[in-house]
Amino acid sequence: MCLGIPGEVIEILPDQPDLARVDVSGVKRAINIGLLTDDPPVPGDWILIHVGFALSKIDEQEAKAAMDFLIGIGQAYEDEIAALLESRIDERQ
Amino acid sequence: MTHQDTTQQQAAWAEESVVEHDAGTSYPAHATPGTEHTGREQLVLERIERARRARPRVREKLITLAHGAGGKATQSLIEAIFLDAFRNPLLEPLEDAATLTAGDTRLAFTTDSYVVSPLFFPGGNIGDLAVNGTVNDLAVSGARPAHLSAGFILEEGFPVEDLRRIVASMSAAAAAAGVSIVTGDTKVVQRGKGDGCYINTAGVGLITGGLTLGVATARPGDVVIVSGPVGDHGITILLERGELDLDAELVSDTAPVHELVRGLLDAVGPDVRAMRDATRGGVATILNEVATAAGVAVVVDEESVPVRPEVRGACELLGIDPLYVACEGRIVTIVDPSAADAAVAALRAHPLGAGATAVGRVAEDPPGLVLLKTGFGGTRIIDLLVGDPLPRIC
Amino acid sequence: MRFVDEYRDAEKARALAAKIAALCEPGRHYKFMEVCGGHTHTIYKHGLEDYLPESISLVHGPGCPVCVLPMGRVDDAIALAEQPDVIMTSFGDMMRVPGGRGSFFDSSAAGTDIRMVYSPLDALKIARQNPDKHVIFMAIGMETTTPSTAMTVLRAAAEGIENFSIFCNHVMIVPAIKAILDSPDLRLDGFIGPGHVSTVIGCRPYEYIPAEYGKPIVTAGFEPLDILQSVYMLLQQLAEGRCEVENQYARVVPWNGNTVALRAVAEVMELRPYFEWRGLGFISHSALQVREKYAAFDAERHFRLPGVRVADPKACQCGEVLKGVLKPWECKVFGTACTPEMPIGTCMVSSEGACAAYYNFGRFSRQRIREVSIESSRA
Repeated sequence: MCLGIPGEVIEILPDQPDLARVDVSGVKRAINIGLLTDDPPVPGDWILIHVGFALSKIDEQEAKAAMDFLIGIGQAYEDEIAALLESRIDERQ
Repeated sequence: MTHQDTTQQQAAWAEESVVEHDAGTSYPAHATPGTEHTGREQLVLERIERARRARPRVREKLITLAHGAGGKATQSLIEAIFLDAFRNPLLEPLEDAATLTAGDTRLAFTTDSYVVSPLFFPGGNIGDLAVNGTVNDLAVSGARPAHLSAGFILEEGFPVEDLRRIVASMSAAAAAAGVSIVTGDTKVVQRGKGDGCYINTAGVGLITGGLTLGVATARPGDVVIVSGPVGDHGITILLERGELDLDAELVSDTAPVHELVRGLLDAVGPDVRAMRDATRGGVATILNEVATAAGVAVVVDEESVPVRPEVRGACELLGIDPLYVACEGRIVTIVDPSAADAAVAALRAHPLGAGATAVGRVAEDPPGLVLLKTGFGGTRIIDLLVGDPLPRIC
Repeated sequence: MRFVDEYRDAEKARALAAKIAALCEPGRHYKFMEVCGGHTHTIYKHGLEDYLPESISLVHGPGCPVCVLPMGRVDDAIALAEQPDVIMTSFGDMMRVPGGRGSFFDSSAAGTDIRMVYSPLDALKIARQNPDKHVIFMAIGMETTTPSTAMTVLRAAAEGIENFSIFCNHVMIVPAIKAILDSPDLRLDGFIGPGHVSTVIGCRPYEYIPAEYGKPIVTAGFEPLDILQSVYMLLQQLAEGRCEVENQYARVVPWNGNTVALRAVAEVMELRPYFEWRGLGFISHSALQVREKYAAFDAERHFRLPGVRVADPKACQCGEVLKGVLKPWECKVFGTACTPEMPIGTCMVSSEGACAAYYNFGRFSRQRIREVSIESSRA
């Protein structure tokens, strides 16, 4: 029921402006974008799709920030592991 | 409905179900809730295993679509009703084909019915499915497919032109597979009593080479290989129905795999434990059959399973797992680990096997279960399909 | 798949898991509730509990709208479907939910016209295509789904469609969380907050949780890394002595929600004085019904419902599982009389139910999973 999938807006249907053709990994469907009238999506935007409706636009900056955090954690982790290994090497000497 | 409504009913079916289940079975004492303890969780898992091993029964009073989905309900129906009534040693293995002996000759004998809707879809039609499906069941049983029968149940009002198209496809498919359709039957039912055209095919093939194939022969260490991307057929049908308004460039993978199989057997024959035609219920169903028949575990690596992006997209949108979606031109094979690389190479040498990949291994423990190692690094269980997400796929 | 695959990266998961373990106070046990059924599903589908230290337990909450539907309402729905010249339409989840006399699936086998749809708009299309039938849409779901139903009713009204109505069973997550917080059975350290519900209602409605109950809440996305990051953020709050609402799912959830969606819902629907939730009993102002203005689209006004309450089977412990008091495998009938193929309760039927998730994905000792995984990766 919570099933929401990100999809990319390909085009707004010319005769039905509240519908957009959206692509999810090569599968296309007409999605109702009537809930996004405050800030309508344009082709190239990514939206969250739920039961045939777009609930929200995906904020690429926030997505990048989330990724940066995760990458940072990953880097910190790798640094720590590297430091750990180094110290082991020192011990052996 | 008012708050003070005191008219309460009971769900009689549920009360009966519980009583039935408790009577005549002795389970280990039930774990009491409260503190965490792996030992107690184990007790519950044992109760579940015992319940799952119990004799299959069909509790429903009416046939439901789940009985045709190829999953748990289908299996229960087959075992509790058909196997129970017809029981004999030739039927019991419940493989894709039965192995018959006539003097010194061994034959494979199989049958399938086709109720796909819509009749015509990208990549083929019901006629192609009917011929290829039966050819494939014979091929994966190690037989050279020889002759088919074709029975038609037509609905009053069905266009003759459509019948011509279907039959032309069957003729072409038969020629491509090197088989002849030698006998058949036709029935017509009144309008409304049969959805256009249903086809049943039976087939017979010659088993040469003295191979003993069967999922029960799988053993720990064996490698599981699929011959190409999974789920193409099922999703193509789903999209073609048009009910979900999804559009994608997908075609059914229906094809005869007899040459693909021949190439595999020529390369590594003695090292092949079993082959299965992946149809409704998908790859997951076959792996469960292996695990149960051989009493082994099958561990699949999610990242290795080939899936086309469009199939994946459709599955994500609809909440279906590609492992359960029907194919019509893919085989799953279990081979000895020493022959795994050669097997994949042999499959890839044929156009139908271009996407062949090793996707997992047979393990000793836990017996009877199929486990999936997720791309994420966790593990989950792949059980038999329950219910029917995609009716009338083949 | 973009915005999906990058949140399923195992390397980053291991790094996060290490950070999480480092933040745990020695000797302390943490209990976090994930409210949303979708989170329960992700946790089991990806084997997330393998990544968390033993000292953290995830408790599954009642955020599964199918799971909290009382049996009597299912019977009402079937009664509607069985009316002459009615086509019932429903999401796939609902098809096998058992009522007092069986499920939609069973009813379909007996001849009722019940069709699965992906979207309420598909149901409206069926109504247009079948002018001589009355099409009912089984409207269930929490705030994630309610706006879609509301928009569909508005469209039906705009087009003057006369053979379409909804059977409204939309419920709201905040009263359910409050019922959990008020329940004496449970001691929780924090909440992994609803993801997609929050795209509609925003994060403000959760402010009472830290303010009045002193528990932190982090609204989380549905990919495994989202959930791990949310656990990390909860632990950080606890470690730093903070207690607030945080938004991990900021790429999708706007802090103020979706006002267009909220307006559409307010236009078409209004609060019911009370509604029965399976396992939680009657909760006031927790569900929606169709407004008088749109009465033409209210199935409850078109047809008479049996409206009978059906008691949960004695053996069924869905209620306690939904409150997080019992783990699925602690229910007396889990896996024996109640299985995915023959379910007694809703937790086992819905793809988001805790029992179904555990049975389908987690039904295996975690210790042995580790052994198997290590072995097969060595091979």
